[in-house]
This record gives sequence, structure tokens and C-alpha cells, in this order.
Amino acid sequence: MDGAVPLFRMEGISKRYGGVRALEKAELSVTPGSIHAILGENGAGKSTLIKVMAGVVAPDEGRMMLDGSEVTFASPAAANQAGIVCIFQELSLVPELSVADNIVISDPPKRFGMIDRKAQRRVAEEALARAGAADIHPLALVKDLPLSRRQMVEIAKALARKPRILILDEATSALTAADVAKIFGVLKRLRSEGLALLYISHRMNEIAELADQCTVFRNGRNVASYAAGTKGDNEVVELMIGREYSHIFPPKPVRAPATAAPVLEARKLSWTDRLDNISLTVSAGEVVGLGGLDGQGQRELLLAFFGVLRGLSGQILIDGRPVAISSPAAARDDRIGMALIPEDRKTEGLMLPMTVRENLSFAALDRLSRAGIIDRAAEQRLIDDMVALLAIKTAGLDIPVGALSGGNQQKVVIAKWLMRKPRIILLNDPTRGIDVGTKQELYQLMRKLADQGAAILFYSTDYDELIGCCDRVLVLYDGAVKRELVGAEITERALISSALNIHGEEMAVTGMAKTPARGADA
Amino acid sequence: MKDWRYWLAEQRGTLLAFGIFIVMFIIYTSNHPAGFTANVVQTASNKGVLLAFVAMAQTLVVITAGIDLSVGMIFTLTNCLASWLVIGTGIETAFGVVAVLGTGLLCGAINGAIVIYGRLQPIVTTIATGAVYFGIALLLRPFPGGSVNEDLADALTGRLFGVVPASLVVLLAVVLVVWVPFSRSVLGRAAYAAGSSEMAAYMSGVPIRRGKFTAYALAGLLAAIGGLFLTFFTYTGEAAYASGNAYTLFSIAAVVLGGVSLFGGKGSAIGAIFGALAFRTIGDLLFVFDFDPLWQPLFQGVILLIAVSLGAFALFRVRNRLEWFL
Repeated sequence: MDGAVPLFRMEGISKRYGGVRALEKAELSVTPGSIHAILGENGAGKSTLIKVMAGVVAPDEGRMMLDGSEVTFASPAAANQAGIVCIFQELSLVPELSVADNIVISDPPKRFGMIDRKAQRRVAEEALARAGAADIHPLALVKDLPLSRRQMVEIAKALARKPRILILDEATSALTAADVAKIFGVLKRLRSEGLALLYISHRMNEIAELADQCTVFRNGRNVASYAAGTKGDNEVVELMIGREYSHIFPPKPVRAPATAAPVLEARKLSWTDRLDNISLTVSAGEVVGLGGLDGQGQRELLLAFFGVLRGLSGQILIDGRPVAISSPAAARDDRIGMALIPEDRKTEGLMLPMTVRENLSFAALDRLSRAGIIDRAAEQRLIDDMVALLAIKTAGLDIPVGALSGGNQQKVVIAKWLMRKPRIILLNDPTRGIDVGTKQELYQLMRKLADQGAAILFYSTDYDELIGCCDRVLVLYDGAVKRELVGAEITERALISSALNIHGEEMAVTGMAKTPARGADA
Repeated sequence: MKDWRYWLAEQRGTLLAFGIFIVMFIIYTSNHPAGFTANVVQTASNKGVLLAFVAMAQTLVVITAGIDLSVGMIFTLTNCLASWLVIGTGIETAFGVVAVLGTGLLCGAINGAIVIYGRLQPIVTTIATGAVYFGIALLLRPFPGGSVNEDLADALTGRLFGVVPASLVVLLAVVLVVWVPFSRSVLGRAAYAAGSSEMAAYMSGVPIRRGKFTAYALAGLLAAIGGLFLTFFTYTGEAAYASGNAYTLFSIAAVVLGGVSLFGGKGSAIGAIFGALAFRTIGDLLFVFDFDPLWQPLFQGVILLIAVSLGAFALFRVRNRLEWFL
């Protein structure tokens, strides 16, 4: 590809979010008439890269060149105008508008200053036909379409804008196999028409079929570019590995095979198309990890345990007895004793404007009150214990929790649940966006709680954490458990290849999570 | 092929409001002592049109997923202003009308600017600006009074060809001049898109801010047309606090009855107009059935509550309980 003139170049692009480096001097060039695949594990910087390209995020430094001259994009609209169109993972369709309205939304055909509905209909039908989705009626409301159809509308919408560079970010993840085949046909045609396509996917078989050129990202940098087909799957996984081990993990206990009955057990849990027949067990004293790529059903699984999802099929057992958990209030009840540390502490975990004290005692108010009156002394004792246990750094208990640092906010969320002395602790990516020091403290705490007898189910997008903290890891893919890794089997290589659902050499898919934990001190 | 079914689905709210209105109006006129006469229709039309204008104003803002609690006060303020300005010679009267409408537009634009550029919540903003607008109205008319160009007033509240209420014709004209262009313009669509999913709209490069601003500004204009009509109808201006608040509240009822979603992104001003006419007629049913007028506020409150509850049914189908709170 070296001979081709790049249509678009990114040079030395860096972007930081707070203290986290998402992109670090990243480079990328895109040539017309080719499909360029971007690979990398969770958090490698792929999403930020395309957000910069599409005008959603402004880079801190670096420059972008289109047709040899420097460009900057103040908004997605500006990027569109320059011919860069992105199909985002999180859909950009307006639910209450019709398919046709959505397809022409950024530049509707006009007549006498008003939108020309007939022309709009024509454009929409054309675009749908081009995307191979002529079965979708242009007057249907987007909110009435199933997810796979919406994704097709999204693609038709992108095509209607006549892009020069089309970016697809996990665009096939919601599609049926038949749609994927159609879309591949469309993409190949667009390539022959001279478009530049950027294709981000975790599905290695798709990349093998489509891509001309591949670039691997790691730690916010492009680490390798190669012509598609010149490297094997294992070599690619090797390139994606190699994150710095910056965290210190507490030693895992060497334990005899657990004989105790599991505290938490799931049997054949399914929910809509997000959870597919999941069975697992967690015993007292065990830290079980949930791995896999982002968005494979991990979050839904935790919500299912916590009584948030309706229409769940399958069984949840606590101490071997089947239970129906109908709400978070039921889940935290003493008979079940469950706590969920949510992913988004700002919306699901804390009331930001309220004080540290109030936030801490929310989940335990029923235990701290008699006849509806809060026992202030008991509350104070428990709060003091928790602040000491977690070493929460705060200027006082009566300042708004929103004034604390991210790490200390997260400690408050955890402390709030520990005040109930839960037996089962579900953690949903609890270390996202917090500093390394606090992360370390949380790892220590998790192990300590397990040693005291808690059963812990821990979802993390950070593979290092899963390796460092977990006795067992279940890797999810498309809502199903694809692989169980025990003890020394938990390596970055195993995690990544099973997350990508590559069936390689010794990496046979083991069965359900019925095997008890083995000693794991590698 | 199945186009009409999509059209029907889109217009369901409007058609339902139209149906409710027709049924109520038949009950109303058939029990009215005078029956279905041009006079009864004219009076009903003049009363209904006032709320219809304010409801149209409310619709524009509700479509953007906001709410305008100042529409009733803009209505009151422009009524007071019109009782000073809309008199005299033809030229003077014309100037007065323009000034009154311009004031409404300005009030709406102020709301829009604060909500969009000041990033304040619509509910808080419009409570505050509504209080300001009422304060100005009170200074303009400490006591009820003033006058209006009666020739114009009589022409616009009378009948055309002896049968058609002129106020209905004006309403139709306003729909054609304000609503239809707005709903079919890029800015109108931006207002809908922002109300339905502001993030998706932003990602699609839709002019969200201009769309929302236009919606707020036009809401002020429509409320001013209502205020102008109130003046034509009463020949005076009055800074009536209770009446202004009632119009705000009833406009929300009318909007909901008319199939406009309070969550934004869905519904039309035509639906809201029928919602307004239906709401007025339901309220007036009490009179033809000889109830004590004291019952009317309670009755209207119950209708409002029922109308608002209708919007909550969708929540029963949600499978992830966290979506209740989105």
C-alpha cells in the first residue's frame, strides 16, 4: 500500500482524559479504494481515534491532513462535510423520527425552503437499496425497528451522505449473519468505487475476509501496520498484548479445591438477545472474574442477579435454594445479602450533590433506624469504621460527595454497600477512571473481603486486573460463556484469544463453570 | 403500499384528539339550549381558539423535550400591551399588532436563549421569566382597562358569510403560516430530533440549538397571537394572574390530549389544537348540564390527570428496570 497516495493522514495525535492517556502520538493514514482494519484490545485507543477523526473529540495535539492540507473538525457536522462519515457503535438514530427522516437528517432535500418529502423518500429508498436493506419501509419509525434493522438504517444513512471515508465501528455486532453477508458485499462495492473504509471489529474472521491493510493499536499508539493476511491470528494477538504491568496485586491464596456449596449460582440464564444460557457458580471466599470484550452481556448478567431485568428465564440460586430476585431492594435483603457496585458511579452509585455521610448510609438506612428514625450514633460508628477501612480521603463527612476525587468517590460507593456486610458482591468495572493508587487499595480490599467469606463476581475491562485478582475467569462472547479459565490458565493471551472467540491450538473451549476453584498461585 | 398505515400511526394522536373533540362537541351542542346554531359555534370557537393558540405555543417547546410555563404569562402580557397599542387609525393599529407580536417573539426568544445558551432547565427558566412577564403586565395594567380597535376586533371575532367563525379562519391561517413551514423545515426537524434524542441528533450534525431556539421563539409569537385575540374578545387588557396560570396549565392538558409526548420528539400542533378545543368543550359540558360552575376546576383537574396518565403506559413494557429512569 506504500505506493498509494494517502487521502487522509493523522500525525502525532494525542488525547488525554484527566490523567488517562487515551491516545499517545498516534499515526494513521488512509488510502482510497481500500479497507483498513483497526485492531486492539479494550482501551487501546481505537474509539478515541475515530472520535477524533469524526469530529466528536478534539485532540490535545497532532494534526490531520485531508488531500494534503491540514484540517480541523469542530463538530461531527464539520467532519461530514469534509466527507468523513462514521457509523458509531452507539446508534446515532433519532428514535421518534421515521427511517427516511433519519437517513436524510443532516442535509434533507429542500424545495421552497421546506423539506421536500417526495425527494426525501426517493433518497431514502435509494440509500436503503444500496445498503441491501430494501425491506425496510422508509416511513417506519426507527423506534419500532429491531436492533439489527436499525443498524442497517444507520449504514444506509451513512451511504446517503456520499462519504469519501467511511468508518465502521463494530458496525456488524448487532447484525444477523444474512445482513453481515449483504453488508460485506456493499463494502466491497464501495471499495471498488474508490472509497476509503476504516473497519473496526473484534471479529477476526470478518477482518480476514474484508481488510486490505491492518493497523494494531496498543496503549493509545499504533504499534504495527501490515498488509492483511501476512500475519497469523496468534501473531496478531501477540501484537495486541504487551500492556505495562503497572498494578500490584495481592497474592492469591493457595486453597484446597473448594468443597463448600456455591453461595451464588446461575442456571441457564437468558434475557432478550443479550444473555444466552449462562450458568455459573461463585463460592464463599472466591473472586470470579467476568472477561471478554466490552458489551458482551457482562453488565446485563450483573443486573440480572441484582433484580433489575424483567422477563429473565433460567434460575438463580442462593445457598443452593432457588430464589426470585424482583428488585435491588430484594437483592440487598439479608436473606440474599447482595451488593452491586455499579459501573457509572455518577448516575447509579451516588447522589453527587448530597453529603458523604448521606451517601454512605443510604443502602443501610433500614439497619440503622428504629421505627423510621435514624440512630445517629450507630450511623456515626459505622461510617467511622468504613472511612477507616477504606481510607476515604475527605475534608469532612458533610461535604458533597461530588467534591471528592474519582477514586474516593468510588470508595464511597463501595463503603456504602459494605455497611450492609454483603455476602455476595458484584462489581461492574469498578476501577474505570480511577488512579493507580486507589486501584491497588481496591484490589487489596477485594481479596480481604473474599478471605472474610464473601463471594465476589468481578467484571473488568482491564485484563491485568482479571489476571491479578481472580481465582477463575469466565469469558463472555455474544451473551454466552465461551470459556472458563482457572488459576494459572488466566493469562493475557488466553483472555484475549477467547475474548475474540479464536479457537486456537490448546485453547479448547471448556464447559460451563461447574468446576470448583483450584489453587492458583502461579 | 402500506403507506397509509404509517401515516395513520403517525397521526393517531391527532385523530384521537379530533375524535374526542367531535364527540364532545356533539354532546355539547345537542344539550345546549340553543342547539347547533352559528351563534353557539361562534362563541365556542372564540373561547376555544384562545386556548388553541397557547396550546400550539406549548407544543413547539414540548416537542424539544422542554416545557414552557411562561406561555400563559406571555399571553397575559401581550393582552395588556395590546390594550394600549392596538387602537387608532389603520396604520396605528397595524403598528400595534406588529409591536404586540414582536413582544411575544422577544419573550419566547429570551426563554430560548436562557435555556439553550445558559443551559438552564426549561421548567425553572420559564417559571422565572413567566414571573417577570407578569410583573411587566401588571405595570402596564395595574387595573383592568384600555381599549382596542373595535372594527378589527369585531371582524376577527365575528362570522364570515354569516356562518364561519372568523377566529377559526385566523387559526387556520396561523397554522398554515407558522406551523406548516416550521414542521417541514430543517429547523423544525431539528427540534423534533433534539426532543427525541439530543445525542443522536448531535452526532448526526443536526442544528440542535437553532432548532430549539426557533421553537421557543415561535412559541412566544403564538402565545402573543393568543393574547391579541383575548384583547379582541374582551376589548380590554387585564393582568390577571390566575387566568395566566390557568392558560399555562390548560395548554399542557391540551398538548397531552392532542397526542404530543411530554418526553419530546413526537406530536403535532394540529393535535394540540384539537386537544385544546376538546378540553374547552369538556369543561363547558358542565354548563349545559347545569352543574354548579364551582365544580369546573375540579373537573378540569381530573381531566388533566387522566390525560397525563395516558402517557405513562409505555413504561409497562420496559424490560430493563433501569430504563424507567432514563
